[in-house]
Amino acid sequence: MNAENSVKPKVVVKDLNFFYGKYRALKDINLDIADKKVTAFIGPSGCGKSTLLRTFNRMYQLYPQQTATGSIVLDGDNILDKNQDLNKLRAKVGMVFQKPTPFPMSIYDNIAFGVKLYQNLNKNDMTERVEWALRKAALWDEVKDKLTQSGMGLSGGQQQRLCIARAIAVKPQVLLLDEPTSALDPISTAHIEKLIDELKEDFTIVIVTHNMQQAARVSDYTAYMYLGDLIEFGDTSSVFTNPKRKETEDYITGRFG
Amino acid sequence: MLLHEARLKRQTIYDALFRGVTRFAAFGVLALLAAIIFSLVMGSMPAIKAFGFGFLASPDWDPVNDQFGALIPIVGTLVTSAIALTIAIPVSFGIALFLTELSPRVLRRPLGVAIELLAGIPSIIYGMWGLFVFAPLFADYVEPWLNKHVGSMPYIGPFFSGPPMGIGTLTASIILAIMIIPFIASVMRDVFDVVPAMLKESAYGLGSTTWEVMFKIVLPYTKVGVAGGIMLGLGRALGETMAVTFVIGNAHELTKSLLNPGNSISSALANEFTEAFGDLYTSSLIELGLILFFITFVVLSISRFMLYKLSKREGKAA
Repeated sequence: MNAENSVKPKVVVKDLNFFYGKYRALKDINLDIADKKVTAFIGPSGCGKSTLLRTFNRMYQLYPQQTATGSIVLDGDNILDKNQDLNKLRAKVGMVFQKPTPFPMSIYDNIAFGVKLYQNLNKNDMTERVEWALRKAALWDEVKDKLTQSGMGLSGGQQQRLCIARAIAVKPQVLLLDEPTSALDPISTAHIEKLIDELKEDFTIVIVTHNMQQAARVSDYTAYMYLGDLIEFGDTSSVFTNPKRKETEDYITGRFG
Repeated sequence: MLLHEARLKRQTIYDALFRGVTRFAAFGVLALLAAIIFSLVMGSMPAIKAFGFGFLASPDWDPVNDQFGALIPIVGTLVTSAIALTIAIPVSFGIALFLTELSPRVLRRPLGVAIELLAGIPSIIYGMWGLFVFAPLFADYVEPWLNKHVGSMPYIGPFFSGPPMGIGTLTASIILAIMIIPFIASVMRDVFDVVPAMLKESAYGLGSTTWEVMFKIVLPYTKVGVAGGIMLGLGRALGETMAVTFVIGNAHELTKSLLNPGNSISSALANEFTEAFGDLYTSSLIELGLILFFITFVVLSISRFMLYKLSKREGKAA
């Protein structure tokens, strides 16, 4: 399924199947992720949207029984290739999780942590990079005076923006957001949504969300999934206002799920 | 109606009785602790009066002339425990790291159970094994090697040169290390297990290797619990008697060499209590016990406090 658009795809998913042991959690998924746009995956719990997201940086590889077949091509490079260098892949594809996960270290070190894995920056350049990332994540003004304090002392919403800053500090091309606001209050959620809108100028963003209004607000393209199948995929306004499939319509109008 | 009331009354009495019994049990422990401390202090009074604080610093141990000092056993206890920890901490970390992150799932349970079984082996068996199996091998192979290669080094050389007898401070330390590894490793495994998967995934998601995740994320996150586990092992190492008595050599001599026989507080007590003649000798041994009690108490209090801080932090994070 291709989104009807003229934007060139950043990621091309082809015939993707995913297995938890013997259980098939994704069934022949085909879709294109548009460059520098926001693509949302929606669907009821257990539909495979997070699973799909986690194939993009091969996070599933941590768990031995989980396997994926098919191909996910990022810039001409198959992510699922056995010889894929995971560290390089994860430098290109950053991820933010359901709950804020600040590392047990200072705010500054939280941001510098990922950068240090790939680059040998001197102190000035690193400080610049940290400031850049925190500004991008709209957190700089709130933390600039306490960079040496623990990241775990921030509020939930600030922690999540810290995690976003940490992910973008390594300058990835794709940013994966796995229900990034599900643990946050409405004000923090609004902050993050505004941030997503700004970040898409620089990054290709894929977001998994439980919240359909959120998908409608922040995304350019929406994929509706159900029980491991990609039911419908298209630009967000048409998926929400004029769904082609009845299942999609039932879900987004709240008759189901 | 009457029947019902009678039953209610009976139950109230039972409840009160039950409360009384449990309270007695709980306070009984406290009373016992106080009684032990009291009798230790009373028993060591003659020695305290005779030697004062000099007891702690004196290397004398001369039953014939009634001159006693605790320096050698105290040093022996602290040195064996310190060396045991130095060996046990990295090994335990490796075990816990393997069990939580690297081991195939099918191996996790059997290996975990094996480690817990190791913790359950009676210490006298470690002692016998140390004396009959480990010490001869150590004397034949390891100690000559240490003498030859490490003994000539500057600074650390004197610690590792000496007669290759097999029994001595170093042997006791290694046996102690083997004994406390299961304790430290299982505590480490437990605290590593409570690290949120999402936190580890975040670090992996940035491209970290397993080693980087363990060392830079998991260890700092669990540092308080890990320290608590180490303290638990240290507490055991300080008080361990049987295994140490078998292999430490029980010599009241203060030497630099770790290969020479030495003594520890607990093995001095085990060896000499039945042979102690005269009030001052017995009293000095009791004072040794009091000192050991004090050292262990301090160590365990620190570990309790650290674990308490850990649980408080977990509560805040949830």
